[in-house]
Amino acid sequence: MTATAVDAETVRGLVRDLLAAHDPKTTERSAFLHARFDAGLSWVHFPVGLGGLDAPRALQSIVDAELKAAGAPDNNPRRIGIGLGMAAPTVLRFGTQEQRERFLRPLWTGEEVWCQLFSEPGAGSDLAALGTRAVRDGDDWVVTGQKVWTSGAHAARFAILVTRTDPDVPKHQGMTYFICDMHAPGVEVRPLRQITGEAEFNEVFLTGVRIPDAHRLGEVGEGWKVAQTTLMNERVAIGGMEIPREGGLIAPVAQTWRDRPELRTPELHDRLLKLWVEGETLRLVGTRLRQQLAAGAPGPEGSVAKLAFSELNQAVSGLEIELMGEEGLTYDDWTMRRPEKVDFAGRGPGYRYLRAKGNSIEGGTSEVLRNIIAERVLGLPSEPRVDKDVAWKDLPR
Amino acid sequence: MTDLLYSEIEEDLRASVRDLLKAQAEPAAVIARTETAEPYDLKLWRTLAADLGVAGLAIPESLGGHGASAREVAVVLEELGRSVAPVPFLGSAVLATSALLGADTSSAVVAELLGRLASGDLIAALAIPLTTAPGGDFPSTVTVAADGTLTGRVTTVADASAAEVILVPAVGADGPALYAVEASAVSVTELTSLDLTRRLSTVELSGAAGRLVPGSAEAAVRNALTTAAGLLASEQLGLAEWCLNETVAYLKTRYQFGRPVGSFQALKHRLADLYLAVVNARAAARYAADSLATASEDVPVAVAVAQARCSPIAVKAAEEAIQLHAGIGMTWEHPAHLYLKRAKSDELALGTAGRHRAALAGLINLPA
Repeated sequence: MTATAVDAETVRGLVRDLLAAHDPKTTERSAFLHARFDAGLSWVHFPVGLGGLDAPRALQSIVDAELKAAGAPDNNPRRIGIGLGMAAPTVLRFGTQEQRERFLRPLWTGEEVWCQLFSEPGAGSDLAALGTRAVRDGDDWVVTGQKVWTSGAHAARFAILVTRTDPDVPKHQGMTYFICDMHAPGVEVRPLRQITGEAEFNEVFLTGVRIPDAHRLGEVGEGWKVAQTTLMNERVAIGGMEIPREGGLIAPVAQTWRDRPELRTPELHDRLLKLWVEGETLRLVGTRLRQQLAAGAPGPEGSVAKLAFSELNQAVSGLEIELMGEEGLTYDDWTMRRPEKVDFAGRGPGYRYLRAKGNSIEGGTSEVLRNIIAERVLGLPSEPRVDKDVAWKDLPR
Repeated sequence: MTDLLYSEIEEDLRASVRDLLKAQAEPAAVIARTETAEPYDLKLWRTLAADLGVAGLAIPESLGGHGASAREVAVVLEELGRSVAPVPFLGSAVLATSALLGADTSSAVVAELLGRLASGDLIAALAIPLTTAPGGDFPSTVTVAADGTLTGRVTTVADASAAEVILVPAVGADGPALYAVEASAVSVTELTSLDLTRRLSTVELSGAAGRLVPGSAEAAVRNALTTAAGLLASEQLGLAEWCLNETVAYLKTRYQFGRPVGSFQALKHRLADLYLAVVNARAAARYAADSLATASEDVPVAVAVAQARCSPIAVKAAEEAIQLHAGIGMTWEHPAHLYLKRAKSDELALGTAGRHRAALAGLINLPA
């Protein structure tokens, strides 16, 4: 399979074979998902044997469309987004063959949910400042520290975890990356209630958690390099989604506008149209990005999609509150809930407005993304770095 | 299916146009020419039109053109926006040519004019105020007398002072009509334009004789305005890209407070935002060009979105270029002002962003 190029026809044939052997109407959901993984149709660009076909990534859309048309169950990708978007590409790139075989299949089927133990109270945008310690003890590492803003930790079976293994070298050099068993003794997950009233995120306390060295991803001291892969994929996952015209947060505002003429004002009209145009343009930016990926020439557009969507979401959701008039003064529900995924559509305008505020903070703040665009895309010089050659332990904090 | 990328042929075309403009329209020469008796560089125009064939891109091969499409014209406009070269491309190769392509192309009059336009022999202009947006009423400032002569006045006509033939929309007893009038038969008075590299004129006709252009005059004008508005987005994209690139390059070399100015976060963030804007402009402009090229049903939305998005982006890029170049950006010798003047004029050309948003409101069912 690896020697010959996989084309659209091959992929269609494999989908037909899968559907013939496992009729979606009679096959149990998880059995179908296992069979799909084993047929290499989970993520066709992954290697053979790990849910893929070593095929061009662009062919995935054919698989997804044909399986959807056949009424096949999916793996609820939004629920397991962190595993799919961040853990999987990192395990694939830096994991041993043993790790890939152990983790990728249940990750893709959704049997094992993943979370991401990166941010700390003292290390958010400056992730490399993190202080969660991992100390070698025989075949294990012993981990102690605190993580924060961990979405889905309460439902997660495994986590990708970055730790400090050498405090005596500059911050980027002394980090090591692990796979952490969330059921291990010493892992404590506490809900972190946020601005919307719900507790989508968690604080995670790690107290003497033992992680076998076999669950290390990448070399000791190279955790920053591994984390870069995760973060790059995170932004692609956040910004690269395909949306229809008038999709996303503009949809409920546009619908309200059509349904309720009594709310309309000339000023709101022009702002709504401006945001509609922005949303439509971003949709086209996304189309261009996917066409570039399909043509095998990814452009720098990917780095801007997340930044642009964050700002658009905030503007649109803010406008929606204003449009609602008196209703804009009310909120749907302040009960503390523990949602499995962010669901903008299932909540009211107040929720959309408050939750969208997080879009420009999570997954890299807009300010950090602007620095990345300025330095890596435009090639502007970096600001002077005062922490560059200082041992982590000597940094002010 | 929509294709928002550039083909290899388009990239080759871009490279030829860009090389020529680099060699023959360098900024100092463009600035110097603005104050001479020959504001248009007709030698450059002939090379572009005849040698590179850019004037006939959208004209079918059967009429002497290259049978390419709006996609290729858009690439030429990107490069012309990037150089603000003083050539009458928008007026002649886009507005006048699209008007004729929207008329009866099987008629001898239209075929003859398009043939000469395609070869670059002829420069033409369409007599409408440059601010005219697509979708409005048919222009009615020129009337046709019973004897078929034309009388009236059209203001702010783009590229008319370089044109040998003026296409004049006029209203007579039989309703709207389009006439091809020799420039020698009308009075063309050049205005002092805000945009130094795209000249505007007042065209006055007092009993001028012209040839009737067969076909629907309304369709001709509509095709001209829609095509030109959609493709102007590509000029605005090229312009914005030049502003971004030049400013980035300048901020890497300009030192203040002991550091390259481009290392200060406050400025980096502004340039990152400008980059974001250019990425958006490219997506919107390409979609308009591709929609026009494929005569998609979505043309009205694509054109309105492109103008609503690209025209403020071009202005913002030019304003940021001036501000971030600071003192040098305010001088006559630095070319940044040419771009600001073009960008601000383009903002009014063929419908403001607000006009296009209002048009969009009807198209997408978000009424006022």
